[in-house]
Amino acid sequence: MNTKTALSAHNAIEFRDVSFNINDILNRLIVLGISLEIPQGETLVLLGRSGSGKTTLLRLINGMLMPSQGEILVQERSTRAWDLIRLRRGIGYVIQDAGLFPHFTVAENVGLVPILERWESARTAARVEEMLHLVGLDPGEFANRRPRELSGGQRQRVGVARALAADPPILLMDEPFGALDPVTRAELQREFSALARRLGKTIVFVTHDLHEALLLATRIVLLQTGRIVASATPQEFLRLDHPEVRAFTASLAVAPGVRA
Amino acid sequence: MNPQTTWSFFMDHRDEIFGATLDHLTLVIIAMVIAILIGVPLGMLIVQRPTLRAIALGIASIFQTIPSLALFGFLIPIPFIGGIGKRTAIVALVLYALLPILRNTYVGLTGIDPAVLEAAEAMGMTRAQTLFRVRFPLALAVILAGIRTATIITIGVATIAAAIGAGGLGTFIFRGVALVSDALILAGAIPAALLALLADFLLGLVERRLKVS
Repeated sequence: MNTKTALSAHNAIEFRDVSFNINDILNRLIVLGISLEIPQGETLVLLGRSGSGKTTLLRLINGMLMPSQGEILVQERSTRAWDLIRLRRGIGYVIQDAGLFPHFTVAENVGLVPILERWESARTAARVEEMLHLVGLDPGEFANRRPRELSGGQRQRVGVARALAADPPILLMDEPFGALDPVTRAELQREFSALARRLGKTIVFVTHDLHEALLLATRIVLLQTGRIVASATPQEFLRLDHPEVRAFTASLAVAPGVRA
Repeated sequence: MNPQTTWSFFMDHRDEIFGATLDHLTLVIIAMVIAILIGVPLGMLIVQRPTLRAIALGIASIFQTIPSLALFGFLIPIPFIGGIGKRTAIVALVLYALLPILRNTYVGLTGIDPAVLEAAEAMGMTRAQTLFRVRFPLALAVILAGIRTATIITIGVATIAAAIGAGGLGTFIFRGVALVSDALILAGAIPAALLALLADFLLGLVERRLKVS
C-alpha cells in the first residue's frame, strides 16, 4: 500500500473511477468507470475504434469536459479545483486538423501561449525559432508564412511546435497524423517518436491505428465502448488474448499478394 | 425624354446636384457610423446569449419589413427622435441598416472552423481573448460584407428621406415626380445609383483585403 502511495506521487495524470455521460434526454454514457494512472514521462496511447471514448478521455484531462462521476487529477490536483486557463496553458494540445489560426503567421501561431503568458518578445522569438528547428522547419523559410501556404505535414509540424512552445509537462494529441498521406504520416511518426523520447514529457496520444500505437507508446490502453479492455506495453499487447485486441492485431496482418 | 434637355438640365444645375449629393452622403455616413457602433457590439454580445439573440435579430428583421416611407411616417410623431428633418431620417436609416450588420457580425463570429476554436480553448485562451484575437479578426470580412450591403440599402432608402424634409438626392426625385419631369428625377436617381456603385466597389476592395482563407 505504501509503495502505491509513493508511486502515485509521480503520476502526472490520474483517472479515479471516471464516468462521463452527455447531459441530454438519452443520457448517453460515453466513458464508464475509468481508472488509470499515467506516470510522469510516459507516452500513453489510447487506442480504440471511432466512438470508443478516446477523445472524451483526452478532453477530460484538460478540463474541456468535466466528469459526470469520479475525478481526474492533473499533477495531483482535481480538474475541478484547477483554474482551467492555468491548467490548459500547462498542457500542450495537438489535433487532427492542426487548428492553426489562419490569420496568424507560423511564428505567431507557435508563439501564442508564450504571448498569452506575457513572455518578453525576445524570449518568445528565440523560443519560436527553437521550436521550429525542433520540428524540422527552417525558421527563415517558414516563420512568416501563413497556414494556408503550408502542406498538411508542415501544418502538423507547426501544430506540434505550438503545443510545445511554453514547455508544458503534459502533451495531449488527438490523432495528430490521421489526416496525412501515408508517406508523410510515416515520416512524422518516426520523427515524433524520437522527439518524444528526447523530451521526456508525459504524452497522451489518441489513435485508431495500431501500427502508430506500437511505434510511439510506452503503454497502450485499449478502449471499447467507453471501457478500458486492455492495458499493456507494446510488446505484451500483441500477445494479449482479448477479442478486441485480436481485431486490432488482425488489421496489421497484411502481406503483399496475400489475402489478409 | 430628351437626352439633350436632360444633359443641359444637369449642366445648368450641377452645383445644386453636387450639393444634394453631399447632403445625401452625409446622411448615409452618419447613419452608417451609428448603425455600425450599435450593430457590431450587439452582434458580439449575442454570440453567447441565445435569448438576446432571438430578440435582437427579431426586432431588426421587423424593421426591415416595414416599408421605408411608412417607417419615416411612423417616426415623425415620436418625441426626441421624431419630427421633420435629418434627425428622424437618420434614426430610420439606422434601423434599416442594423439587420445586415447585426446578422453578418453574428454569422461571421459563429461560422469559424471548429478546429480553430477548439485549439483556442485548449491553449487556455479566455473567452474574451478568443473573441478579440480569434473570432473577430476571422469574422471581419463577413462583417464588412454586411456593412457593404447595409450601405447600399441606406443610399437607396435615403432618397425617400426627402419626404420628411431631410434633403439629399430624394429632393430632386420627389420634385420630379410632382412636376412629371424626367430630367429632375434623373438628377436625383443617377447620382444615387453612382454613389451606390462606388460604395459597393470600394467596400468590396476592402472586404477582399480582409478575407483570410
